[in-house]
Amino acid sequence: MVPVQAQVLPTGQESGIVPEKIRDGIDLQVNGEHYRHTGDPQMPLLWYLRDVLRLTGTKYGSEYGENGADLVLLDGNAVSAITQPIAALAGKAVVTVEGLAAADGTLHPLQQAFIDEDAIGCGYCTPGWLIAGVDLLRRKPHPGDADIDQLPNLCRCGCQTRVRRAIKRAAAGKAALP
Amino acid sequence: MSHGIRLSRRRFLQVLAGGAGALVVGIRLAEAADPPLPPALLGDEIHGLGPYVRIDVDGKVLIGARDPDTGTGVATSLPRIIADELDADWNNVSVIPLGLGVDNDNGKPRWVYGRQVGGTGGSIPAAWHDLRQAGAAARWLLLQAAARRIGVPANRLRCNNGYVVAPDGRRFSYGSLAAEASKIALPTSPPPLKEPAAYRLIGQNAGDADARAIVTGQTRYAIDHHYGDALVAVLAHCPWPDGTLTHIDTTDTLAVKGVLKVVQLKPEPGQPLGSTVLAPAVAVLAEDTWAALQGRDKLKLEWKPGASGGENSAALEQQALALLAGKAAPTTRVRNTGDVDTARRKAAQRLDATYVQPWLAHATAEPMNCLVRLDKDRASLVVPTQAPQLAWTVVQRLTGLAPEQIDIRVPRVGGGYGRRLDHDYVAEAVMLAKAANRPVRVLWTREQDFGHDCYRGGSVHQISAIIDRKRQLLAWHQRMASASALTGRGVSADRLWTSELQADPLPAPLVPNYRSDWYALESATPRGPMRGMPHLSNAFAAESFIDEIAHQLREDPLKTRLRFLGTPRQLPLEGGATLDTGRLANVLGLVADRIEWKNWLRTVNGLGIACWHIDGAYVAHAIEAAMQGEKLVIQRVVCAVDVGRVINPLGLQGQVAGATLDALSIALNAAITIKGGQVQQRSYKDYPLASMAQLPNDVEVITVADDRAPAGASFLAMPTAAPALANAVFRASAVRVRRLPLMKELLRLL
Repeated sequence: MVPVQAQVLPTGQESGIVPEKIRDGIDLQVNGEHYRHTGDPQMPLLWYLRDVLRLTGTKYGSEYGENGADLVLLDGNAVSAITQPIAALAGKAVVTVEGLAAADGTLHPLQQAFIDEDAIGCGYCTPGWLIAGVDLLRRKPHPGDADIDQLPNLCRCGCQTRVRRAIKRAAAGKAALP
Repeated sequence: MSHGIRLSRRRFLQVLAGGAGALVVGIRLAEAADPPLPPALLGDEIHGLGPYVRIDVDGKVLIGARDPDTGTGVATSLPRIIADELDADWNNVSVIPLGLGVDNDNGKPRWVYGRQVGGTGGSIPAAWHDLRQAGAAARWLLLQAAARRIGVPANRLRCNNGYVVAPDGRRFSYGSLAAEASKIALPTSPPPLKEPAAYRLIGQNAGDADARAIVTGQTRYAIDHHYGDALVAVLAHCPWPDGTLTHIDTTDTLAVKGVLKVVQLKPEPGQPLGSTVLAPAVAVLAEDTWAALQGRDKLKLEWKPGASGGENSAALEQQALALLAGKAAPTTRVRNTGDVDTARRKAAQRLDATYVQPWLAHATAEPMNCLVRLDKDRASLVVPTQAPQLAWTVVQRLTGLAPEQIDIRVPRVGGGYGRRLDHDYVAEAVMLAKAANRPVRVLWTREQDFGHDCYRGGSVHQISAIIDRKRQLLAWHQRMASASALTGRGVSADRLWTSELQADPLPAPLVPNYRSDWYALESATPRGPMRGMPHLSNAFAAESFIDEIAHQLREDPLKTRLRFLGTPRQLPLEGGATLDTGRLANVLGLVADRIEWKNWLRTVNGLGIACWHIDGAYVAHAIEAAMQGEKLVIQRVVCAVDVGRVINPLGLQGQVAGATLDALSIALNAAITIKGGQVQQRSYKDYPLASMAQLPNDVEVITVADDRAPAGASFLAMPTAAPALANAVFRASAVRVRRLPLMKELLRLL
């Protein structure tokens, strides 16, 4: 009835769960909280965020981060989280999409502008657009179209024109920018 | 979560909102699934009024969205249809994805929510047909509850924004009536629906219901869900769908910390799983994604190609051209009205052109993934799917479970475009969970997504038109060669054309002598449904060709189209639908006015126009483009749509702008090529979606106000974007692009 065979190959490790213990690790900050990573120092930040911290707002998009779904702010600059091994992040501060709003829940002006412009397709790549946009507004509080053109993000739902409007809307109310 | 110290591998802090508004904080074994929890589990103070509506005592209304939202906005528009009939206060409404509704009907599945398909343009028409009833039934129950409480006949009460209002002005919140209402039996005949004049939400703008959760990173897609002890499975697929594994060495893989198992998946030839294509694969199962990825990269595998190893997309195209050039009879004569051969003899002018369109990939933002947990009498899945009922079929065949023992949750989906109507990734996850005897999450990398898609096949259209002395279209003969998306899916040979060629695309209903022929190409590369199919390829060919006819006639292409459309009238279409030529002419006129078409010859830039219709909805694009050296700049894009009644104008504008940009992106850049049976594109670099800079800064959307029953809009704006662009490029550069992707061909011809 079942037309497929699944064959289990011999395995060396059946250890299952390894209890975590406190030992030397890499200290970094994520959304203002301090963390110590004690696992593989080569683990990319993306998998640390998603699998270990369970901060799943930063998305997996591709092996090389080309579509921008995995952008985070690293010491304020937008970088692809999958290209950053934890080993390179000691002492650095990471902000993910979960960390853009204020502690009291007040949205970042760009988050609010995305809602106001309905700049959302399926929404999967939205966190990446937000991080790229926040980075742009920090560098250029009044970005022109040519500046917005430089955003690296890709989106098949076609939210680009609405994102453009949202960035301009947030820029127009720049007094509210932190 | 505090300071990143997990309580243990399997225990997590949980915060749940209780039904009576209590905050429940606890530590749970992560054995059970994290949310989504069905609302019924959140407390017993919530009362169901049918499967779609639940009302909390404090007046909070939970409305279930039955169709997966892949970015089409149905998680907003479907609940608003219900909420309007319910007269609910939208500010108090929370939308929850319903998951698959399945019951056991003597061993067969009974789909309790009716149709559950997303991203195929059918959600709104279906909802209009039955979901309004869900809201009206809930409203009826609330009115009855209030009537019984105060002893006033229900027909003297009215509903207003979350309250039942009595003739004396007393107001009863839905929350206060919910308990009584949920005990009342529904009437035998459906309660009456609202008159359109009474709509308060339908026709009004609404932002995406999930917007706040999305911009704060709280929305959980399937890929974001966890079962506590689920293993992550990353696969190495055979490069050829029909290939075999000849050598495997897992030593280095198993040495990676966290890797637990390597499992080989071997589909038996000739037995595809339902509509699913399944390539052989080796899966690495590990405790986390990073370990699984490293393990997969350390596999030493050798594969042997099957019969598909000789396949080559360039050769397929040559075959198609040879077929259309030769005398061979078509696989199917799709349409033959009038007498094309006699018409040829009356020709005043004749025009021929050939249009070549490439293979395409889906490139969904969220890669294929599936989380599954198998228990003795239960399968629990979180799946990004457009069709949970089809996913159910795959799971049932692999597990043999009873219909109601399969629980499929579908959170918001990161794009579908037809890819998630196939469920190879679901089959893999179920097989691996069986083999591992633990919950498993399958995760495809982007390389696999591009390399193992169910592609839209490439095609060649050849069109021949006969023009009479009165400059009218006397005959049209369209021939198409392609590999059907339906091959191997249990569709009879004489219906394989239906995924490729429409029965009566434009201008078929307008031409007295019309013939269309489809020629089948044989291909072993997996193919499947794609957003906009078959309109995308049909419209590019036909609407480019109409422009070529106008050029040959030395006529304004808008005028040519309007002339061919003729006086406003209803023309019958296959399957009982009609083409309203007046509505089509109307959308053409709207985009022409907006883009100032009257200057079409005088403007330095190129103006292009195109129109189409899909299932009772009408669309036109007008595009202004300019060449700056070898750079193509899309300066203005205007799109007009007529979909009948508009549920959510803001959502419709987003869909139309989005579909326009998607179609432009595909037309400009996208092409999958096959060599030696393998797809050559492996990353976004190889398959570049359009960048922000390549796309227009704005899409001006015009929607026609109409009170006809709503038609679907999810891909309505796709078919006309590419031909309107190609037509604009022709006027801007004098180069007629008859081959996509456009940029590559344009640079070749310039």
